[in-house]
Amino acid sequence: MELTANKFKANASKALVDAQLQKALGNVEKGFIGKRQKAADALPEFEALRDNARDIKNHVLAHLDLYLEEYERKVLAAGGHVHWAETAEDARRIVLEICKKAGARTVTKGKSMITEEIALNDHLSANGIEPVETDLGEYIIQLRGEHPSHIIAPAVHLNKEQVEGDFRRVHTHLPEGRDLSEPVSLLSEAREVLRQRYFAADVGITGANFLIAETGTSVIVTNEGNGDLTQTLGKVHVVVASIEKIVPTLEDTSQILRVLARSATGQDMSVYTTFSTGPKREDDPDGPDEYHVVLLDNGRSAMLGTEYQDMLRCIRCGACMNHCPVYHAVGGHAYGSVYPGPMGAVLTPSLNGIDETGQLPNASTFCGRCESVCPMRIPLPKMMRHWREREFERNLTPAVARYGLKAWAFFAKRPKLYRFGVSFAMPLLSLLGGTSRRFHSLPLAGGWTRHRDLPAPEGRTFLQAWAQREALKQETEQ
Amino acid sequence: MTSSEAKAARQPRVGLFATCLVDLFRPSVGFASVKLLQDAGCEVHVPVAQTCCGQPAYNTGDRADTREIAEQVIEAFEGFDFIVAPSGSCASMLKKHYPGLFAGDAAWEERATAFSDKCHELISFLTDVMMVRDTGAALEAKITYHDSCSGLRELGIKEQPRKLLGNVSGVEVREMTDSDVCCGFGGTFCVKYSDISNAIVTKKVGNIDTSGADMLLAGDLGCLMNMAGKLKRQGSDVEVRHVAEVLAGMTSQPPIAGSGK
Repeated sequence: MELTANKFKANASKALVDAQLQKALGNVEKGFIGKRQKAADALPEFEALRDNARDIKNHVLAHLDLYLEEYERKVLAAGGHVHWAETAEDARRIVLEICKKAGARTVTKGKSMITEEIALNDHLSANGIEPVETDLGEYIIQLRGEHPSHIIAPAVHLNKEQVEGDFRRVHTHLPEGRDLSEPVSLLSEAREVLRQRYFAADVGITGANFLIAETGTSVIVTNEGNGDLTQTLGKVHVVVASIEKIVPTLEDTSQILRVLARSATGQDMSVYTTFSTGPKREDDPDGPDEYHVVLLDNGRSAMLGTEYQDMLRCIRCGACMNHCPVYHAVGGHAYGSVYPGPMGAVLTPSLNGIDETGQLPNASTFCGRCESVCPMRIPLPKMMRHWREREFERNLTPAVARYGLKAWAFFAKRPKLYRFGVSFAMPLLSLLGGTSRRFHSLPLAGGWTRHRDLPAPEGRTFLQAWAQREALKQETEQ
Repeated sequence: MTSSEAKAARQPRVGLFATCLVDLFRPSVGFASVKLLQDAGCEVHVPVAQTCCGQPAYNTGDRADTREIAEQVIEAFEGFDFIVAPSGSCASMLKKHYPGLFAGDAAWEERATAFSDKCHELISFLTDVMMVRDTGAALEAKITYHDSCSGLRELGIKEQPRKLLGNVSGVEVREMTDSDVCCGFGGTFCVKYSDISNAIVTKKVGNIDTSGADMLLAGDLGCLMNMAGKLKRQGSDVEVRHVAEVLAGMTSQPPIAGSGK
């Protein structure tokens, strides 16, 4: 997708007046937050599990090279293939080659953010191979030519009436009078249409929630079962996953699985948790003839050992955006990047560079709600602040903010001068506030007064008033 | 030694970090803080070498200025037994973020850590350190309390103000929906992303309205000015005050918003 992260402000302003979007965004707040809380409250060891999950990933990241090599050995031993892709371009090329070799005309896809990151669909289409998204949300946005607005609920920005319109527009072979007024009827229609596509597809492409070093297994978690059909019905299964998806053992995987669905949707477990190890063996009733894993770096190894390393613990549950007041206000598309919300505000600058993405880590109130619900305890606000520091060092901070800050800091660092200045300014501002004791508009304060009044100061500053009171007290004591 | 000197010797010496917003916009909160601290048995000092905790610079990524300001605050306040601020956000800056500014400079880091250990937000200091249960205030009001983000999530302030408010005679607490969700202030965020901030505060003000309360309290003046500004713009007559004003029984000063003017 085209990166428009630095148009965030303009994107956001549009989103704020988009009535359809605003209606749909209400579902994020209503749908996810209470369910997560309930699931967390129901599990006494939930907080301890979060600690464990964090520790497991920290351990992996400290020894990532060793675990990746171990994982590769196990995949090969199970009869699979491993492809190392340093960049998005490498990954696209590798996947296309596999598809071409399989003589593929259509490929089915399980829901995968990593294939969004490498813009795989466009690449396949451009090369005459039709990608078919099988996750309901992904299927809908593919019909609309859109990108996911949420990492686990890609079509959360839409209302069911919009989906009905899309289905009627595209599924012209179905009777016109059919009832599509309920989500369940939309789901069954999508199922019916997609069922044919699974059988016709030559290759199935999925992402992975985990790659298990101990066994060479890829794991996907889904609620629709589409991922399972995608990876078992095609002749070839291609897993595209980034290198930090590694976990050492099956036991570690189950530990993290216990926090994943609870944090994401409030389920104890997602409906399907599927483990794939290599291609179909002789005695297996089904499975692909070929099993490929494309391991993508795309900037991640450069994050190791930096102040952004903790971001590589992310398991893509979406809890941060589900709880983010900014995301609630503007939705995922406003971020103008593959990954929206707080995790995107940290990860996107790592992947695309801060020059093109500086708006994102700035668009946060630092309310900290994301960090408070992150199952992997990723200090998201702290890392957004680090990005602001990188910006400031390189003079990327907008000039108005920079000079304003510098002027303020000049006084803040000189208490005597500061005291002298404010002892005149505040009483004057107070006077200007008049009897209503507020400002409806004020020069240089338009950002504030556009939407709200500015309460006028009381008059003398506290330190002025305090000094006078103390002086008076001393006089009376004498 | 006179008896008053003996009493003073036992009193913890508290440096009041008024915070820039209280200092400039609402001195009443400073005086309310002083009263609450003195009533709790503290000897209160207000060093004049205070301006701001440095958050505007810190959150803009300007580490150098932040550090200089932090050094100034530490120098002015490190001699006290406790440093108390009537703001969760500024107190958290002093308590949780200062030591990190000096990472790699062992001497300053140690000094900053020793300083940070003594820093507290006002209300939690009263309840958790001075063991205050009842401030003796009385007020006929239906209040609703907004949990400011830094105080809530970085300092764990949630029950403390509610406990003290529960003992203010005449006060009825009406919890609003999502009291723990950000009001949209976020320091410079509210002017940098004015439209988004507006969407967030509009939601907050809606929740304040439906709570049925006639008074909104919180422990951070930034959030209060944001919510008060929106309430005023909407013509609401919900009175807005800092929680310290009510707990100290000092509500004679006109509220930040409300009273219909």
